[in-house]
Amino acid sequence: MPRAQPQKHPFTDTTMQNETMKEPNAQDSSAVATNGQTQLRRLERIAAGEHLPSEIHPEIMDESAILEIKDFCLWYGAKQALFDVSMRIPAGKVTALIGPSGCGKSTLLRSVNRMNDLIDGVRTDGDMQLYDQSILAPDVDVIELRKMMGMVFQKPNPFPMSIFENVVYPLRIDGENNRAVLEEVCERSLRGAALWGEVKDRLHESGLSLSGGQQQRLCIARAIASEPEVLLLDEPCSALDPVSSGKVEDLISELAGQYTVLVVTHNMQQAARVSDYTAFMYLGHLIEYGKTEVIFSEPRLRETEDYTTGRFG
Amino acid sequence: MSIDTINDADSVSESPSPEPSSTPLKRRLVGGGQSLAARSEPMLWLHGGALVICVVMIIGLLLLVLYQGATTFWPVAITQVRTLDGDTVLGEVTRNDHYHLGYGDIGTFSEPVREEAVALLNPIFQKKLSKIEDRDGVAEFINRQSESVERSLQKLTSGLPQVVEAPAIQRNALTDGISQLLSAKQSSIETQVASDIKTALQADDTGAALFALWQSWQDAEAAWSSTPNPDAMLDAIQSDGDVLSSIYGNRFLTLQSFDVETAAHRRLFRTGNYELTNEHFTWVSDFATEPDSESDPEWAVLFERLTWGRFYGVPKELQVDGEATETDPQAVWAKFLELHPVVRDRWHQRRDLEISDTGQINHELEQARLDLRSIELANGKDSPEWEEANKQFLAEKEKLDKAFAEIRSQIQSLDDENDRYQMIVTTSTGQEHAIPLADIVRTYPANQLGFSERLGIYFSRWWEFLSDDPREANSEGGVFPAIWGTVVMTLLMSVVVVPFGVLAALYLREYAKAGLMVSIVRIAINNLAGVPSIVFGVFGLGFFCYLIGASIDQLFFEAKLPSPTFGTGGIMWAALTLALLTLPVVIVATEEALAAVPRSMREGSLACGATKWQTIRRIVLPRAMPGIMTGMILAMARGAGEVAPLMLVGAVKLAPELPMDGHVPFVHLERSFMHLGFHIYDLGFQSQNSEAAKPMVFTTTLLLIALIALMNLLAIGLRSRLKKKFAYSQF
Ligand SMILES: Nc1ncnc2c1ncn2[C@@H]1O[C@H](COP(=O)(O)OP(=O)(O)OP(=O)(O)O)[C@@H](O)[C@H]1O
Ligand SMILES: [Mg+2]
Repeated sequence: MPRAQPQKHPFTDTTMQNETMKEPNAQDSSAVATNGQTQLRRLERIAAGEHLPSEIHPEIMDESAILEIKDFCLWYGAKQALFDVSMRIPAGKVTALIGPSGCGKSTLLRSVNRMNDLIDGVRTDGDMQLYDQSILAPDVDVIELRKMMGMVFQKPNPFPMSIFENVVYPLRIDGENNRAVLEEVCERSLRGAALWGEVKDRLHESGLSLSGGQQQRLCIARAIASEPEVLLLDEPCSALDPVSSGKVEDLISELAGQYTVLVVTHNMQQAARVSDYTAFMYLGHLIEYGKTEVIFSEPRLRETEDYTTGRFG
Repeated sequence: MSIDTINDADSVSESPSPEPSSTPLKRRLVGGGQSLAARSEPMLWLHGGALVICVVMIIGLLLLVLYQGATTFWPVAITQVRTLDGDTVLGEVTRNDHYHLGYGDIGTFSEPVREEAVALLNPIFQKKLSKIEDRDGVAEFINRQSESVERSLQKLTSGLPQVVEAPAIQRNALTDGISQLLSAKQSSIETQVASDIKTALQADDTGAALFALWQSWQDAEAAWSSTPNPDAMLDAIQSDGDVLSSIYGNRFLTLQSFDVETAAHRRLFRTGNYELTNEHFTWVSDFATEPDSESDPEWAVLFERLTWGRFYGVPKELQVDGEATETDPQAVWAKFLELHPVVRDRWHQRRDLEISDTGQINHELEQARLDLRSIELANGKDSPEWEEANKQFLAEKEKLDKAFAEIRSQIQSLDDENDRYQMIVTTSTGQEHAIPLADIVRTYPANQLGFSERLGIYFSRWWEFLSDDPREANSEGGVFPAIWGTVVMTLLMSVVVVPFGVLAALYLREYAKAGLMVSIVRIAINNLAGVPSIVFGVFGLGFFCYLIGASIDQLFFEAKLPSPTFGTGGIMWAALTLALLTLPVVIVATEEALAAVPRSMREGSLACGATKWQTIRRIVLPRAMPGIMTGMILAMARGAGEVAPLMLVGAVKLAPELPMDGHVPFVHLERSFMHLGFHIYDLGFQSQNSEAAKPMVFTTTLLLIALIALMNLLAIGLRSRLKKKFAYSQF
């Protein structure tokens, strides 16, 4: 995986980090053992129902977190989908969630803006805090919470209305009807989503008449139209061609700093390219979470390396 | 060359696997598709066949209605024909009928027609008996039939009134006597009858002699049957052997005559002239007409009149003030064409006076009376306020009465002027009849018309049908009030049912938590669709008219009581009743449409921070709109075609007053109304002149179907525009 190598990072840095990290976890598990057999046992033990603590790199603690997930568990009916996930999402950074299909990435993402409330039989435990305020408490204004977070779904879901109306939808529901404001926001968001050039002459055609990739970028434009604090992107590029994916990646890089981005992806190169931090999940467990360069070059767990290099998963 | 290649290919394909089904490929190629279900053709035929049957039935029905309805107004020729009994029939042929003529039918015919019918039947009877004679002899045949002949005789005897009334002893004596006589003399009677028949058969080829023999036997039987008491009857057959054999012969021939029949053709003439003949239609059988007497008289004219229906005849003279001005048909017609429009103009003027001006006065008078009554209700009858109001009312009344008399005198003078003109028409039987010109709605010399003139009359009739009020107990004139009532009632119903149905469906689908309660409600709604529509009518009458309507009357229209305003059937109550009836259709269709809105769209909206209602209003409803429209279309089609509940809640036979007019508040939703569906029922089953009403039934049906189709087309057009907006292009 040549492209995944974080090039800008000096080699010495990584070694140093590795060494500092190894220390506290040395006796805690067999994770650091060099033997491949022992390392794979970790995943087997998780599959067997055991809970093992996550490998969380300590430098994350240095970042100021906008969102703090604490021992979060989630059940779909009787089936548990997330097990004691604890994560700090650094403000203004891009955090990527990776892991095999069905490991609970979407579930975690949807929990952040409480979209899982819509599903019958969902139960949660633990806590999530946005700016030190719990977002799971029953008295939280879910509508306000969602307005602070833009979300892009795995499958593009434009609304049955014009492109223009699609983009300004978040403003419309806030009661914004000033044409000038709407037009300005529309253009800015479409430019941000790298779609402006393609649709600027057909803003009043149906959003459903766009191609799949264009629809996805339209959804991204919609998500950033209301200038949210946090952007939740669930595999935003799964339906896109390489060129469009590239545009979206550029977009994500641009947005970093301005927004906090939480992105789910199956594409390792993409995660390596766009994200500052990466979390590796497996069967509802957070396995390892740390700086992207470290996760992709010298992760502390063999499983993570196996996954990022494509040896399993 | 090519054959070789094929053989090669065969051998190649077989060589790799000598034993079949050993490789998957071979099994696929040979073994697969063996079962019936694996082949698509039988299913294709089944589906195709089902579709064809449906389509054929629907198209058949539509074609029938279309043909019958579209041809009703076509002016056909007026035919004149003389019948054998000397009558002359003049009219339009409206129906053809092939039927079987037998000896049983001839009793109703007049003498000359009967002779003709008998002459048709006799040779057939002769042939039948000759065949029997040739095959095994009449005597032998009678012998074989003896049991049924005797049964027929006994039945005849025991049915006679004098026998029924006689004491049982006498009755039994008679039946026993007949049996004894028959068994004693059976062979001699049979030989006698057989030889008489044989003689008659030989005497005449045409069967006349046979018929004469049968007649004489019939007479003998009739004479015997009228003998006053059973004893005398027994005496008569005991003393005279011929009597018994005659009766026996008659019984035998009557039994044999039952299946003697011949194909005959008859036509139904629309003859009109009801006030002279007491009938609108006459059947004329072909054999009963004089040969070569049929013609299409040049000056046969059809008159469509305001009253008494149609008249057929030849114009004789045109009278002005009782004086004949023209006497030659040609000249009469020319003069008529000149005078008629003027007279009709006056008539229209008169009608306007009668309807709108008199109507206005009546309305004002009624208002004044109601005002007085309100004051009476408020203050009591002897209060000073009432005295004052009463004075005012009387003054008003006097003024209105004067205006009324004024209008009446205007009407009278117009009538007097119109009464000066009349046309004398000679009917086919030579009678003369005066028709006032003002009475004539439409008239034309049918046999002189060219194609374009016929077309003109055809369309003018259609126009009258669509735009005019009905007359002649609805069997003539137009159906405009019914069209109006149907359209307005259906629209009102849609306006009520769609919002209600959509709201209910929204609650069920979007808000209610799925569970037992919701399932029960859903089942109840679906069952509502299966409740007989008349039950809704009863409910509408009881709940809307008698409960709500009566309460409204108590509160707001007290002055009018006891005559009800809202407390009886009306267009609003009908619309509400039908809305209830069609509610399940809308709810079910809307629920389906809501369920079809992708979950991802809702989630997208909610993730933007929209509330549930914003999501429903901005995303779900627009997206479900085409489906909701489908529900509306179905509801409209169902509602517009419904008749039974309407009979209870406001549809009436005749309501020339539309629920909309110039009097405040302009829209009178409490009024009863006419409805095309009810009109069809009324025409088809309640009409005095059902034969004349029949074509109108088809025409009205055609109109109703066209109307529903039109309303549906509009809705479908709307829906397809909506659909185009939401066409989903993926990738
Ligand atoms: N609505 C639901 N009801 C019950 N179980 C669910 C529901 N949604 C997800 N799950 C289960 O929860 C687990 C996690 O699902 P999730 O969608 O979060 O996976 P994911 O990591 O996003 O996978 P993918 O990469 O394929 O999108 C899966 O085992 C899935 O079967
Ligand atoms: Mg997912």
